[in-house]
Amino acid sequence: MISRRNLLKNTVRIIGGIALPLSAFRIIDPKEIFAAYNDGTKVRWVFLVDTYKCVGCGMCVKACKLENEIPYDANVTRTWVERYVLTKDGNVLADSPKGARDGFTNPRIDLGLGQYADIKPAEIDKAFFVPKLCNQCDKPPCVQVCPVGATYQVPEGVVLVDRTWCIGCGYCIMACPYGVRFFHPKYHTAEKCTYCYHRITKGMTTACVAACPFGARRIGNIKDPNDPVTKIIMTERVGILKEEYGTKPQNYYIGLSKEVK
Amino acid sequence: MVHGELWTAKELFVYPNEYIYWSIQIVMYPFMTGLVAGAFVLSSLYHVFGIKQLKEMARFALVFSFALLFIAPMPLLFHLLQPFRGINVFMTPHFTSAIAAFGIVFSAYGAIVASELWFVYRKRFVDIALALRNKQDRSLWESIQYLVYCTLTLGSYDVSEEALDKDHKAIKILAAIGIPVACFLHGYAGFIFGSVKANALWMTPLMPVIFIMSAIVSGIALCMLTYILIMEIKKLLASRKSLSRSSLYQSKEEIKGVEINVVRMTARYLLFFLVFAISLELLDLVFRGYTAVKSWDVLRSVIYGRDFTDIFILQYGIGNLIPLILLLLPRITIKRALLSVSLILFGVFMMRYNVVIGGQAFSLTFAGYMHYHMPIVPYNWETFKEGLAGALFVGLMPFPLFWFFNKLFPVFD
Repeated sequence: MISRRNLLKNTVRIIGGIALPLSAFRIIDPKEIFAAYNDGTKVRWVFLVDTYKCVGCGMCVKACKLENEIPYDANVTRTWVERYVLTKDGNVLADSPKGARDGFTNPRIDLGLGQYADIKPAEIDKAFFVPKLCNQCDKPPCVQVCPVGATYQVPEGVVLVDRTWCIGCGYCIMACPYGVRFFHPKYHTAEKCTYCYHRITKGMTTACVAACPFGARRIGNIKDPNDPVTKIIMTERVGILKEEYGTKPQNYYIGLSKEVK
Repeated sequence: MVHGELWTAKELFVYPNEYIYWSIQIVMYPFMTGLVAGAFVLSSLYHVFGIKQLKEMARFALVFSFALLFIAPMPLLFHLLQPFRGINVFMTPHFTSAIAAFGIVFSAYGAIVASELWFVYRKRFVDIALALRNKQDRSLWESIQYLVYCTLTLGSYDVSEEALDKDHKAIKILAAIGIPVACFLHGYAGFIFGSVKANALWMTPLMPVIFIMSAIVSGIALCMLTYILIMEIKKLLASRKSLSRSSLYQSKEEIKGVEINVVRMTARYLLFFLVFAISLELLDLVFRGYTAVKSWDVLRSVIYGRDFTDIFILQYGIGNLIPLILLLLPRITIKRALLSVSLILFGVFMMRYNVVIGGQAFSLTFAGYMHYHMPIVPYNWETFKEGLAGALFVGLMPFPLFWFFNKLFPVFD
């Protein structure tokens, strides 16, 4: 029969014995040592969108589809442009037909199910365009929920998908509050905007930035204080999308309006 | 065509990439795991808490749970766009994901059910194996049987009083461990949905608890349904054979007496869990309406408008309220029990449907809607597995499997 004293003694011993080696693991975490000596990387890609400059031509969407081999006619896209129309009677209408691949050539608003709204110019209070793409969040929920680790964040902040390992469960698509993910029609794996990772790592800019005729889209390195994009983000008033989800998105918007979803 | 486009119709402002990506198979998945967990909890009520009245049901529920267990991952495999990579979940589990735990929880649970089943039927395996061993000229079929049963004994032929006592102890321990694991198995299925912060309808800490409760409800209901059906068949056989070999079979009246007793007892537990499940679901609904956060406008339009029939008439009305009244009324009969459990099963299915499909009925913009049109007639692989045919296939598979397992582990001896 074990006495109470001995039971307590042994309990303390066992807990201590287990805790000690476990804490040692924590002390020698290689990641922490690495981080202590090195910031890891000198680059953190961010995106800057000036909504005042966007005219909804859709060149960015076209360029993205061609550059990243997203089937041209498939109704999915890595980047898209939204049109917002606010009428005098307080209605907010928005659409993005085919992700604005062909631009907004029609003044009618697409209501889905084959219906359209005809808004007369006199009824409009304000109208504007908002380009969208992956926010390359600092706390990406899509990476968190991937059951096999097929989607991951590179040290420069961009979130990528491993097409050879993705099982196609769609959990990441569900987890993204921005709706940027979809299944690639050909590869049948999760697909998303990568800030054209294959280009920016070679010193080029993204396809959409290169295609934008008005300079509405820009990409920059937030860790470089001399980067013009960083300077704008640091000194001017910029907004982010859906802050309430705590994902810490890294696309910054100039001229964001409260109606933007 | 893009995956999801076939069965999704978009209305008003929906992001270009949004479709109903989680369709009918993801409705089937929590429904099937729920049945597994529920059936196991039912069997444990007897083994752990010694509720004697459930003895007849306990063995049946255990074997049925085992049969369902093999089907539970099937909807997931059907749903995956890369089904052959499903094994990756076991190979590189990414533990920040709720789905990654699936491999571990599921195998642990499978091991528990399998070993409990083995302890329950060990004596039978030994008896048959020994009888066949002593038999002289065995036929080919008997030789196969001998081989199968020898394997099933796992080399343990001790059926002394002490050994059987130990078996009983092991069963009790396994059943006791099994209850939290079964709850975990299903609670975590609820967690998969409840932890998706991007989805306004799914995200609630109540989700795992709601899932567990409705799982137990559906498990008990399915066990009762199958039990009643099997007993009815036995009655039919008994009345036919009563003239010729009456001594060999139980009489019709005997079966009837046992049947109503078991049904009455099980119904009481069903009622208890049903009330619990409904209360939690209503609490969730009331809480959402009361706090009315940003997403409530669109949620309200879905819950009280677009999905009103699915939620309030099919799920709460036909699936919960009517069976609740039927079970509460005194002097329950077999017919009434049969009707109530069928309705309850339907209600739980509708609950899963309203969670999974309902959660995708509105856009992430909160300014648009998506309508789900399930493919009915399959004309290619995708419309089969993501349509009615695939769902029916998954839903019906447990029965032939149970029939097969019943040959190895006879539940009514």
